[in-house]
Amino acid sequence: MSSKFIKALGLGAALAAGLALAPAAFAKEWKTVVIGMEGAYEPWNLTDSSGKIVGFEVDLANDLCKRAGVECKVIAQDWDGMIPGLKAGKFDVIMDGMAITDERKKEIDFSKPYAASPGSFLAPKDSPLAKTTGAGTLINLDKDPAAGEAAIKSVQAALKGKTLGVQVSTTHANFANQYLKDIATVKEYKTTDDRDLDLKSGRLDAVLEDLPTNMATASKPDASELAVVGPEFIGGVFGVGEGMGIRKSDADLTAKFDKAPAEAIADGSVKKYSEQWFKVDMTPR
Amino acid sequence: MDFDFITKTFVRLLAALPLTLSVWFLSVVLGGLVAAGVTWMRVSGLRPFELFARAYVTVFRGTPLLIQLFVVYYGLASLPAVRASLFWPFLREAFNCAVLSLALCTAAYQAEIFRGALLAVPHGQVEAARACGMSGFLMFRRIVFPIALRHALPAYSTEMISMVKATALVSLVTLWDVMSVALKIRNDTLVTYLPLILAGAIYFVVNYILGAAFLALERRLSPHLRPRPG
Amino acid sequence: MDLAIFGFGKGGWGLALLQGAAMTLLVSACGLLIGAAIGGFVAWARLSGKLLAGGLGQTYAALFRGLPELLIVYFVYFGTSTILTETALFFGHEGFVGVPAFAAGALAVGVISGAYQAEVFRAAYLAIARGELEAAVSVGMNRALMARRIIVPQVLRFALPGLGNLWQVALKDSSLISVTGLTELMRVSQVGAGSTHRPFAFYLGGAALYLVMTVATTRFFDVAEARATRGMRRATG
Repeated sequence: MSSKFIKALGLGAALAAGLALAPAAFAKEWKTVVIGMEGAYEPWNLTDSSGKIVGFEVDLANDLCKRAGVECKVIAQDWDGMIPGLKAGKFDVIMDGMAITDERKKEIDFSKPYAASPGSFLAPKDSPLAKTTGAGTLINLDKDPAAGEAAIKSVQAALKGKTLGVQVSTTHANFANQYLKDIATVKEYKTTDDRDLDLKSGRLDAVLEDLPTNMATASKPDASELAVVGPEFIGGVFGVGEGMGIRKSDADLTAKFDKAPAEAIADGSVKKYSEQWFKVDMTPR
Repeated sequence: MDFDFITKTFVRLLAALPLTLSVWFLSVVLGGLVAAGVTWMRVSGLRPFELFARAYVTVFRGTPLLIQLFVVYYGLASLPAVRASLFWPFLREAFNCAVLSLALCTAAYQAEIFRGALLAVPHGQVEAARACGMSGFLMFRRIVFPIALRHALPAYSTEMISMVKATALVSLVTLWDVMSVALKIRNDTLVTYLPLILAGAIYFVVNYILGAAFLALERRLSPHLRPRPG
Repeated sequence: MDLAIFGFGKGGWGLALLQGAAMTLLVSACGLLIGAAIGGFVAWARLSGKLLAGGLGQTYAALFRGLPELLIVYFVYFGTSTILTETALFFGHEGFVGVPAFAAGALAVGVISGAYQAEVFRAAYLAIARGELEAAVSVGMNRALMARRIIVPQVLRFALPGLGNLWQVALKDSSLISVTGLTELMRVSQVGAGSTHRPFAFYLGGAALYLVMTVATTRFFDVAEARATRGMRRATG
């Protein structure tokens, strides 16, 4: 090796060491925050015909960022790459109707919840789910375990031998795999669109999904035979509400967004966006 | 090195191997039957049949398998006419759709292999067979088929291996094959590379065995091409 | 079937599909070029006569021909960002180094294509008449001149049929990149099918576009082959 080469190597190493140490000297200044969403999870977020991402979470994100004093940018990301993408640094925040669960809290941090949407079933109007115990009512699995148990038993009976569709890596998939594993056939899909296509064609007898999402699907003209049926669940395996997912190493960012959701809830902004996009109020209580 | 996790993952992947292999086997066999029909049409000498066979091969070799799979699985199911027909109980199942789609695709490639193999039969042998008074079927059974088989084997082996790799696509239509189990483990545990590496190892071993088996078959069928002993 | 959804006006997906097709052509072409570079390198390694290089070349080819293409696409997609981010971290850069889906996709197609292109290039090199190479050496050509005037032109000539076939394969393999989110034709068809709930129309339409691309580009390769092999004596016509 020539001495020139060794000198260059040494310089490079010194530069690298200097650059590596320098950032540790000061904490990150948050000016722009990149937010990851599917853009295919109507009405939380969807892509309009011009390619722009719009929806409840886009409006809410702009609102929360203004309160936190940062600029935000929204990029699209497939659901099954959400948490890996956040951890890899592709974006800084996840806002994709992601429920706050203990499992997820092991990997990432969450802001305070900005919405609380229950899980619900979408099925043909004459599905046996329509006649289950607690159909049409909201059951909190944490606060009312007895009613929860009764409703779950009734759902298990209604779905015996049937096929249920869920999206991969969701609380709905967890519920299905936990309570319906050997009772019904559970099919997992990468996207909600693919799953809904199978529901419409009759391959699935029911779909388990967020209430606002199901309501949006049922309101479309080609879904006239479908309806939201059965009980609605929150708490337990469904989590306590949806929040912003943030890397554990960005505690300062979590702090920035700590007060914002509460403020937005208090002055009715969340209710406004919720009623605009969900047609119902999904504010966490 | 978490050996417990590695072992558990490996066992879960192996449990999905029967599905992968059954999709592979059924689609290859069904594809072979369709290919035989297409090849027959191609060499029949009847113009409309020939044109259909050529169009079939062009379409199924000229479009990606993934889009063919989605046409069959999602596309057909969305048509009310299909749902009302007697094919619906069959097409309702993802497994059947996957086998059908893969079979139609491999049929195009297999038809080309069969055609090339038939063309490789020396015309002299066919003339001699006719001169002996062999009927069409006898000639095919005793002369054409054995020679064509030997010519087809190398390309056929490649196609069989391609089909094993193609089965990985059924993970995108809700079937729990090795590929989708590996991805599910990755999604659930957030361990990115290990499930994929183990799945890759399984596919590699299967393909290696398949290749070796075909090589052995080729050797057995061509003793006259081997170097003389002594 | 309502063909208006394929139109170019508002709410029409015609433009998006054509853009997807253009992206498919671009990513396949880049993939083929990357594959040519890799294939050339691997073929050179195998022809060098050195055991280690030859062995590594053979291993590369065997590995990427024995693994499902979908698996390779996922691996390259997950792997490139990790490698780049780790490397950048080593040099002190903080934060994510994004590998655009296009680059990861083209690399995946290239890595797969390279394994097969190596075989094509190797066979093409071995098809060059030994006499020509001997004559070149006896006339006093150095390695570089021999490569430029004798080897490379003939390798390209002999490799064209195989490369034409591998181009078609690259075009079809590019559809697998849809799982990474790149808006090539397959992905656009999928998004359109999901958005409008018309999967039959969109997947059939996408397939038709792929067919057009395949047939058109095959013609191009046929013409190139005819021109390159002018005056060449061959066993078949």
